[in-house]
Amino acid sequence: MPDPLLRVHDLRTYFYTEGGVAKAVDGVSFDIGAGETVGLVGESGCGKSVTALSLLRLIRPPGRIETGSEIEFDGRNLVTLDEKSMREIRGARMSMVFQEPMTALNPVFKIGDQIAEVVRVHDGGTKREARERAIKMLETVGFASAAERVDDYPHQLSGGMRQRVVIAMALVMNPALVIADEPTTALDVTIQAQILELLRELQQKFGTSILLITHDLGVVAETVSRVIVMYGGEIVEQASVTELFAAAHHPYTEGLLHAMPQVGHERERLATIPGSVPPPTAWPQGCRFHDRCQYAWDRCATEHPPLYQIGAGHVSRCHLAEEPQRRADAHEPLVVRAAE
Amino acid sequence: MSRSFARVIRDLLRHWSARWALSVIALLVIAAIIGAFLHRSSAIQADIVRMANTPPSRAHLLGTDQYSRDLLTRILSGATVSLSVALLSVVLSMTLGTAYGLVAGYFGGRIDGFMMRLLDGFLSIPRVLLLIAVLALWRPVPISGLIFLIGVTGWFSISRVVRAETLVARRLEYVEAARALGTSDVRILWRHLLPNVAAPVIVSATLAVGNVISLEAGLSYLGIGAHEPQASWGSIFHEGVAYFAGNWWVVLFPGVAIVVTVLAFNLLGDALRDVLDPRQLHGSDTPLVSSRALPLSSRALPLSSRAKRGI
Repeated sequence: MPDPLLRVHDLRTYFYTEGGVAKAVDGVSFDIGAGETVGLVGESGCGKSVTALSLLRLIRPPGRIETGSEIEFDGRNLVTLDEKSMREIRGARMSMVFQEPMTALNPVFKIGDQIAEVVRVHDGGTKREARERAIKMLETVGFASAAERVDDYPHQLSGGMRQRVVIAMALVMNPALVIADEPTTALDVTIQAQILELLRELQQKFGTSILLITHDLGVVAETVSRVIVMYGGEIVEQASVTELFAAAHHPYTEGLLHAMPQVGHERERLATIPGSVPPPTAWPQGCRFHDRCQYAWDRCATEHPPLYQIGAGHVSRCHLAEEPQRRADAHEPLVVRAAE
Repeated sequence: MSRSFARVIRDLLRHWSARWALSVIALLVIAAIIGAFLHRSSAIQADIVRMANTPPSRAHLLGTDQYSRDLLTRILSGATVSLSVALLSVVLSMTLGTAYGLVAGYFGGRIDGFMMRLLDGFLSIPRVLLLIAVLALWRPVPISGLIFLIGVTGWFSISRVVRAETLVARRLEYVEAARALGTSDVRILWRHLLPNVAAPVIVSATLAVGNVISLEAGLSYLGIGAHEPQASWGSIFHEGVAYFAGNWWVVLFPGVAIVVTVLAFNLLGDALRDVLDPRQLHGSDTPLVSSRALPLSSRALPLSSRAKRGI
């Protein structure tokens, strides 16, 4: 990749809680190119949302982005940027679409005013100009009679329409990167498809890069070109979407794929990954996934795996890269044995 | 906003106590306006000696005081002083308390910790004793000084309520979203958080008006509040006490004015609390869903318990 738009290097976001230091994001590095759509996938608690908030530097105490982390964007390191410049980036160069359209809009303001507010924060200008841009943006995100709906309050709209307003707010300044944190999770399935289609359209129209955060591999498959899988606060696998679906390397990714319902495969029960994400205050020794892994052997409990290069643009944090023959002896994972 | 404002008024008028309280307060405001325009000399009789301490009559509906002044006129101009002291000092203390609570709650962390410990210190000072001490030194105190002193000693508890509300409100997704889109802290506080804390502030303010009227009356009764030539109800009462024997009207009427006013503000405050907190509805005629139309109500605790603490 020639000059990436965003380059994250060794991002570590720790929360200093009474129960210990929660290493929610622990050494994450990735790039996003201009106009690229990247998926960030993982279970709840794997650190994907904290990663997103870290990019915009929206982490509040007791959370902190550790020194030495680098978020290079627009040729600047956001980690050390002053708050005022950071504010100028938020919403204008890098913005965010939130999960819950019901709560991401302020119920007391008209939707047009909320979009216009973003314009006025960044560009100043008159109320009338900002309103004109809000109406245009509403049209762009698919409001049929935008000039009439601009004075609606959020409660007058359906969930899908509200999410369109949230997207309009995120895109009205034409940012270079939009972080979409589970943008379709709260919506009906049919609406989900429409919203994803809209994001894709907007991305093509404006050349925006999108970081799509989701736990839904189905969403990833239709939308993104590259996938980053996170587990235990770190990246465990990264590959192009076709490569990932065809030849996932990491047992965790494998587990996620098996847990997806598939048309044509008659299975009585969906496969699950036994156990749950360990607490971020106490990641396991060695591989953080080893006690839930069906291939784990003694090495996995002691040696923390690095990101192994599997193929072109494909990396995986699993010792299987060095000892592929181990894949043959699958067994019950440790958590299951411990439970028995 | 106007829609929900109209709704609040409509719901409020369903309470008989609120209707009564609003009528009384309206009359008081009219009285205070009339009182402001009454010339002081009109209260003074030509015959100072013979007309002193006369009982209520047709000429003097509420009687006269020891200087032969018409008590009705005195109480009307007393309304101007009592009400303006109460309203202005409450505006001052609510502004201070809201700003303090918003800042502490929004920024959190060490700022919050420091501000709250400081507040604990302020709260440990007995307000009345502090006022008595300061007013004993600052004599004669101008009305503006009285307003200032009552105002700056009255914001501690409301700032706690506001801080608690802010802690809840700042986690709302639209506040996070505003931050993610580059809105400045000041703008977030003003546009997104202030409307969320407005309800408890309005309730506390209404109840505080009644409180301050009796506080000011108490200070004036001790002779350290409003003083001649500006008389508040408390100071009229205070002057009357010396002549109370045989002249019941000189204390009864200013006393009634104080009681009725305080009662009106307290009843209005209680009614507002019911109206602004949909979870406190008595009947089932209004569905809980209406809380969505009234955005002042997204909160975890019932408003009443906190507003009570905030008084």
